[in-house]
Amino acid sequence: MDAELMQMLALKVTYALVMVSVVMSIAGYTVLAERKVCAWMQGRVGPNRTVLPFISAIPFIGPFLRNLGLFQPLADGLKFLFKEEIVPGHVNKFYYYLSPIVALVPALTTMTVLPFGEFTNAEGFTTPLVLANVDLGILFIFAISSLGVYGIVLGGWSSNSKYPFLGGIRSSAQMISYELAMGLSVLPVFLWVNAPGMTGSGLSLASIVNSQEGTAWLVLVQPFSAFLFLVALFAETNRLPFDMPESETDLVGGFHTEYGSFKFGIFFVAEYAHVVIGSAIFTTLFLGGWHFLPWVADPWAPGWIGSLLGVGWFLAKTFCLIFFFIWVRWTLPRFRYDQVMKLGWAKLLPLALVNLIFYMILVTYLDQASAS
Amino acid sequence: MNLSLVDFLFYVFATISVGGGLAVILSRNPVTAAMFMILSLVGVASLFVLLEAFFLAVLQVLVYAGAVMVLFLFIIMLMDVGPESGKGTALSKKRLLSGFVAVLGVGFLTVLTLEYSGVAADSGANWQDVSEETRVEGANVVFSKSVKSFGYGLFTKYMLPLQVAGFLLLAAMVGVIVLSKKKKGESNDEDTEDSSLESSVPQPEEA
Repeated sequence: MDAELMQMLALKVTYALVMVSVVMSIAGYTVLAERKVCAWMQGRVGPNRTVLPFISAIPFIGPFLRNLGLFQPLADGLKFLFKEEIVPGHVNKFYYYLSPIVALVPALTTMTVLPFGEFTNAEGFTTPLVLANVDLGILFIFAISSLGVYGIVLGGWSSNSKYPFLGGIRSSAQMISYELAMGLSVLPVFLWVNAPGMTGSGLSLASIVNSQEGTAWLVLVQPFSAFLFLVALFAETNRLPFDMPESETDLVGGFHTEYGSFKFGIFFVAEYAHVVIGSAIFTTLFLGGWHFLPWVADPWAPGWIGSLLGVGWFLAKTFCLIFFFIWVRWTLPRFRYDQVMKLGWAKLLPLALVNLIFYMILVTYLDQASAS
Repeated sequence: MNLSLVDFLFYVFATISVGGGLAVILSRNPVTAAMFMILSLVGVASLFVLLEAFFLAVLQVLVYAGAVMVLFLFIIMLMDVGPESGKGTALSKKRLLSGFVAVLGVGFLTVLTLEYSGVAADSGANWQDVSEETRVEGANVVFSKSVKSFGYGLFTKYMLPLQVAGFLLLAAMVGVIVLSKKKKGESNDEDTEDSSLESSVPQPEEA
């Protein structure tokens, strides 16, 4: 291998590590946000006891940060790390250890194709900021995230007891059902941006974002697709009202009942990483990504300051969606298992098909009308 | 031996897919077999990536590893298929037949590979290089490895095979519904599935 290739590899690995650590810290702080928001919604104060030795001694700022619970994720992580590793005697050890890994890896792999900003250099040449700018971005995300179900299924099965097993079975049924509706609900979006006269190209996520620059966001153009996608996203991330695999009231803890300490922590973080990535995908598809507002051109100039502001704006939109996820969780009650299945197959899937056919006809009509 | 990176990766992924395939038929625990099958399918997907057929690679993972194998695993767990006990090595008629079919299959594949891979036919002219953009007559889309040209091909030149395959799937689906439909007079409560679930928790063996 020559030096240039090695240098490129090192650079790519560094980028990947930076991205992983950013997403993981966002996931960690999403856990804190979940606890805080739920506490506020229920009239409590939430985590407000964790202190760091020196920072918390600063007057005013220190107590303020303590009351926000800003150091709580750190303490939680350390707690998971230092707890005693308990492996129940009745589990299938190999798959028991394997399943948390299988749950986390897809959650972290999908971020490679996720564009989060763009950089325009002095010559006006624009490149999207993404680890791997592949043509089939959205298909890659679907393919990898469909592998995430193995972590849950294997975890449920290898625990070798009834509640985790029921959780695993429920989750595999749920994930398969809603994957279909999810795929069908984004098809109209790609039809729309790839229609003649539009700026999109192929299935690339960056081109979706750029097709929303200075015009309407796709959530305004296709509100129904966005709604279907959002519902399927809730089901795929196993968030309430679709948290069948866990549903602590009837299954104790679902698939992770037999898991403790850091292995449980990995499952936990994987779930929140899914939420973060899912929100980011929704932002790129429907909320204009890093572009400013619908019908408004980006107020920042091209260059690295502009691209930084764009990334910040993208993150802000993502955080709003994460808040929406949390908000829904503490507002709605959980569906029953048969209701989830009925909703997926008898309502969401036909609606997604109707939506697709409607936009097929609309795009063809607009094309004909503009041609004549 | 001077291996390029692509050659090296080819050998890695080929080993994974072939070794995974062997492990599928050699492992006694059905869940292990299913996991090795996933590994093998992902290996094949990686080979597609090396051929720069990204669309096929993604579809391979999405359809086979992501959906079909989940169903396999689902069924294995629901049916409570225990580890194969491996009763002796007696030569039954069935075993002889399956051995014969396996040998036939391997021979067939070998002949086909030698015939078309350019080892036997030295020129390798049978292949059309897909990475070159070739223009199909009368079409306004160039034939390349992009997703668009796949779609264009499927809905023009290969329309009939596509429809036939779709019809075949529809027939299979209707068949499943007919087979699984409850006869009149049988109990019709919706909880049958749930109760069968609880009675059939499988017993994974100690690893």
